[in-house]
Amino acid sequence: MTTTVYVPGDAGALSVGAGEVAAAISAEAKRRGVALDLVRNGSRGAYWLEPFVEVQTARERVAYGPVRAKDVPSLFAADFLKGGTHPLSLGLTDSIPWLRSQQRLTFERVGVIDPRSVADYVKHGGYRGLERALQLSGADIVQAVTASGLRGRGGAAFPTGIKWKTVLDQSAPQKYVTCNADEGDSGTFADRMLMEGDPLSLIEGMTIAGIAVGATQGYIYLRAEYPHAHAALKAAIAAAYQARYLGADVAGSGRRFDLEVRLGAGAYICGEETSMLESLEGKRGEVRVRPPLPAIKGLFGRPTIVNNVVTLTSVPWILAHGAEAYANYGMGKSRGTLPIQLAGNIRRGGLVERAFGLTLRELLYDIGGGTATGRPIRAVQIGGPLGAYVPPAHFDTALDYEALAAVGAMLGHGGLVVFDDTVDMARMARYAMEFCAIESCGKCTPCRIGSTRGVEVIDRILAGVDGERNVQLLEELCETMVQGSLCGLGGMAPFPVQSALKHFREDFRARV
Amino acid sequence: MEHLPSEQSAAVRRIVAQHKERPGPLVEVLHAIQASFGYVPEGAVPVVAEELNLSRAEVHGVVTFYHYFRHTRPGAHTVSLCQAESCQSMGAEKLAEHARRRLGIDFHQTTADGRFSLEPIYCLGNCACSPAALIDGELHGRLTPEGFDELVAAKAKPAT
Repeated sequence: MTTTVYVPGDAGALSVGAGEVAAAISAEAKRRGVALDLVRNGSRGAYWLEPFVEVQTARERVAYGPVRAKDVPSLFAADFLKGGTHPLSLGLTDSIPWLRSQQRLTFERVGVIDPRSVADYVKHGGYRGLERALQLSGADIVQAVTASGLRGRGGAAFPTGIKWKTVLDQSAPQKYVTCNADEGDSGTFADRMLMEGDPLSLIEGMTIAGIAVGATQGYIYLRAEYPHAHAALKAAIAAAYQARYLGADVAGSGRRFDLEVRLGAGAYICGEETSMLESLEGKRGEVRVRPPLPAIKGLFGRPTIVNNVVTLTSVPWILAHGAEAYANYGMGKSRGTLPIQLAGNIRRGGLVERAFGLTLRELLYDIGGGTATGRPIRAVQIGGPLGAYVPPAHFDTALDYEALAAVGAMLGHGGLVVFDDTVDMARMARYAMEFCAIESCGKCTPCRIGSTRGVEVIDRILAGVDGERNVQLLEELCETMVQGSLCGLGGMAPFPVQSALKHFREDFRARV
Repeated sequence: MEHLPSEQSAAVRRIVAQHKERPGPLVEVLHAIQASFGYVPEGAVPVVAEELNLSRAEVHGVVTFYHYFRHTRPGAHTVSLCQAESCQSMGAEKLAEHARRRLGIDFHQTTADGRFSLEPIYCLGNCACSPAALIDGELHGRLTPEGFDELVAAKAKPAT
């Protein structure tokens, strides 16, 4: 029997040499006259172990990592195709503590299957959610999503079922399902991993959404910075059409659902839902005034579901296993699991899917192992460039939408960016304003002008000009932006600044 | 206003024709133009406007709104360095300084020999392997100044 070897084709794994490792394994196998089946899977998310190579043995999958191309001959010499031991041995994949401690529902197939294969997807539980959905009425599907407690994982945490119900209740000649795959927050990569490692689960989630609310056309709005995800999605969509899971007769149900990927063009603001809709319509990505809500008047003026990648890929699991099974995970009003992304200066960074409720300390130290540089952690930015900087004093806070809000932070898309004690928090505050100035769509004044003035005020503080008075001015400016901006960009860009002022005020001093 | 030579103008018209019937086609059209020309030439704006029945101002507004659309021809190799927070926490600023020195250009510039363009980019989704860079569509992580030099040297070698 031919041995199957897995070398991730995930962009993150490729970025540290997985492509070279795959080529070296093929070449060495050929040289030795060994037949093997090389599968380019997604990443398991243990990025500090990438390139993470697995071998399917008679028992289970055995892992090695981080593997470099030059290690490949010695792996063959150690008979790794039979699970032989080697200095890079990690044992059975499923017994690696970092992975074993996780509760993977949304990510259950990522890193496990061949993302290009519909057959592999179905073999690992794919399309069971759709099968179930096709037996239900639209209202019952929406009810299941509501009962699961699923809230939008893009950052806004709005109850998904309520959004779907609004679209279901509209009567219109055309409705749309759109996926916001404009994952622009620094420190986040869950969407990318899903789209590269299990794209069919996103396709299935969107198909279920379409069947539920009566939408026949879906669009995935993907950021241009993700060329690997783009290729993976296009291949998966073509495969789904080929297998008749997309098109005029979805899985033999007589129902239509068509799906297309559209590329963004490097505008962070297009992660805001109304701006994303403008961009999908081919226009400048300027924010729309709400109401009307996109659920009532969205893409091309029609009722539209706008959900994040993680939200939509959670839906097949919920339909397949039942709303209650999903709601059994989590705490308080945060139900289910959250794919957390450990990023930045962290020793064991990667994707951690767990039920809501872990504390920051558990994540940063027990799972993450502290900083990569070995220095103390000074601050963690949660939820992207618009998220607050959290000091160690708050590390016992649980990862839960409400608990984080109580300490002035927000969960956002679940990304944690770790900084060691060399970080200059005044410079990070300046960056937050600068980023907002670069990315502002320009429609409202507090965001467009406020962010530029914010940079200038911080520059004056750092230059030692009227320090105290300018700190006060900065605080007032932040308040104006929070209160007066049209959308979350200008409305939240002050959060990192305010949190830096609050917890790291000593950094706002004149520099020589 | 730079006018496009007629064969280029015809190429733009062909691109528009391929996308025209799709809903909301303008951004898709601009992507296709950039894929074909390497940038969106100013002279393409009136042609696109005419073909899509939009005003030049509307097309210009969209081209200039998005950071991804270039207004000048890029170098043979485009190096995009991530400058977002996660990469900053792992030394992205120092790496950027090194890259500027090594290539002798600032962000948004192209070397005089036309070999390299240097761009800032805000998040490549490789935040567990910071700092990251995208070079000619290939992603690189845990990038050091030495690693950067190796990548640049490999690209600078004349193709054989």
